[in-house]
Amino acid sequence: MSTIEAGSEKAHDDHGHDDHDHPSFLAHHFDTPEQQFDSGKLGIWLFLVTEILFFGGMFCAYAIFRSLRPDVFEGCSQFLNTKLGAINTGVLLFSSLTMAWAVRCSQTEEHKGLTAMLAATLSCAMLFLGVKAIEYSHKWGMGLLPAGMYFYDPANPHPPGQPNYLLYICAPFALLLIGVVVWLVLSIVKGNKFHVDCAKPLTVAAACFFVGVGVGTYLESGDSHADEHAVHTEHNGHAHADGTSDWHGHGPADTAMAIKEEAGGESSVMELLATDATNSGLQSDLEARERQAALAAGSVVSDDDEITGAISSVEENVLTPRKAGIFFSIYYCMTGVHAIHILAGIGFLVWLLVRSVREDFNRQYFGPVDYVGLYWHLVDLIWIYLFPLLYLIR
Amino acid sequence: MSAHGHSEDGHKEGYDFAHPMPIPMLLGVFGALTFLTVVTVAQASFDFGSWDILIVMAIATVKASLVMAFFMHMAWDKPFNVIVFLGSFIFLGLFLIFTVGDSQMTSGSFEPEVDDVVPTVVEATP
Repeated sequence: MSTIEAGSEKAHDDHGHDDHDHPSFLAHHFDTPEQQFDSGKLGIWLFLVTEILFFGGMFCAYAIFRSLRPDVFEGCSQFLNTKLGAINTGVLLFSSLTMAWAVRCSQTEEHKGLTAMLAATLSCAMLFLGVKAIEYSHKWGMGLLPAGMYFYDPANPHPPGQPNYLLYICAPFALLLIGVVVWLVLSIVKGNKFHVDCAKPLTVAAACFFVGVGVGTYLESGDSHADEHAVHTEHNGHAHADGTSDWHGHGPADTAMAIKEEAGGESSVMELLATDATNSGLQSDLEARERQAALAAGSVVSDDDEITGAISSVEENVLTPRKAGIFFSIYYCMTGVHAIHILAGIGFLVWLLVRSVREDFNRQYFGPVDYVGLYWHLVDLIWIYLFPLLYLIR
Repeated sequence: MSAHGHSEDGHKEGYDFAHPMPIPMLLGVFGALTFLTVVTVAQASFDFGSWDILIVMAIATVKASLVMAFFMHMAWDKPFNVIVFLGSFIFLGLFLIFTVGDSQMTSGSFEPEVDDVVPTVVEATP
C-alpha cells in the first residue's frame, strides 16, 4: 500500500522535474538545489563527527599521560617554540576567516573574490606547513624524537653529522613550486587563459611555503637565546639527578642480576620454607628480596622515596628517552596527524580553486565550497586546542 | 530555516536558500579570535596553579564556540545538524571519562603492579 503511494508520489515528482528545467549542477536524484545542499551538508557533518572522535583518541592519550607525569609535560614543553606556535595559530585563524569569506563569495556569486579568498586560504595553509617544517627539522636535528628514537643530550644539544632534515622536507615543496612555475610559464606561452588563471594563485600558494620557512628560520634563530637558557637549566637538573638517571639507566639489569645470583642458591630452600604460613620471618625476608629484585629490574615503579630517601628530594630529570620520548611521541602524533589534515585540505582547496576559476559555483550551488569550509574550520578547531595544550605548559 | 525569510521575493521554493554572512560579522569574529589567542599566550606567563589548565581550556572552548557558531555557520544551521555535531562531544566526553578514570584506578604508570605473594598453606596430610 505504502509502496504504491510512494511510487505514485515519485511519478508525480518526476513529472514535476520536467516542469522545472533541471539545472546542470543539480544531480538528477534531487528535486531542488536546497535538497541537494542539505543532503551534502548532513554528510559532511557526519564526517566531522568521525573526525572529532578520531582526534578524541589522541587527546585521551594526552590526558592520561599528562595526568600521570605532569612534570614531564612541563619540562618537555620548553622545547616547543611558543612564538612559532602562536604565529601558526594566527595563520590558521586568518585562513578560517578567508575560508568563511570564500563561502560568502560563492553565495553572492563574486567569482573573482572567491578565487582570491581560496588562494589566500591555500597560501595560509602552505605558510603553516612551512613554519611546521622548521619546527620539526629543528627538533629532529636535536634528537627530540619519539620514544625509541630519542637521543637528545643536554650537554650536546646540536650534535654534528645530523642529516639536513629541512632540506628533505623542503625538497617536495620545492619540486611543487618549480612544477607550478613551469606550468604557469608554459600556459602563458601557449596563451591558455584558463590555465594561467589557475596557475597564478597556485604559484603564490606554493611560494608561501618558503615564506613560512623563512619566518620560521628567523624566529627560531632569534629564540636561540631563550632556548639555550632552557637547556642550561635542564642541564643543571641533569647534573643534580645524575645519580638517579644512573640508577634508571644501566643500573637495573646489573643489579637485578646480582640480586638474583646472590639469592640463587638459597632462594629455593627459602621459598619452600616460606610456604609454611607460620614462618613469618622467612616470608617477609623473601618478600623483601622479591620486591628488591622487581624494583631493580624496573618491572615495578615505586615512589622514589621508597627506594632511597636521599634522592627523592632531588628534582627528577624528565629528559630521559623513556619519559621525554613519550611526550614527543604524543606531540608528533597529534601535530603530525593535524598536518596530514592540512595537506588533505590543500588538495580540496586546489580542486575548489580550479572550479572557482571555471565559475562553477553560484547562489544555488555552493555546497562544495561550504563543505570544504566546514572541514577546514574543524582543522582550525583542533589546532585551537592543540596549541595551548602542547605549547603553553609552563 | 531562517534562510527562507532572507530574500524570498518571487523565487521558487528550494532554490533560494543561501545565507551569506555579513563581512563585518566575519571580521568581528576574527578579531575576537585573535584577541583570545593573545590572551591565551599572555596568561601562560602568569602562575595560576591548578587553575591553569581550566583557564586555558575555557579560553579554547570560547574560541571553538565562536568558530563553530559563526565560521561554521552553525547558529543558522538546521537543528538536526547541530544536534548531530554537538552529540559527538557527548560521546567524546563519555570516552574520555571512562578511559581516563580507568587509567587512574589501575596504577601510577601503565607498568603492571606485581602483587605480593599470597602465602599458600600446606595442607596437613592425615
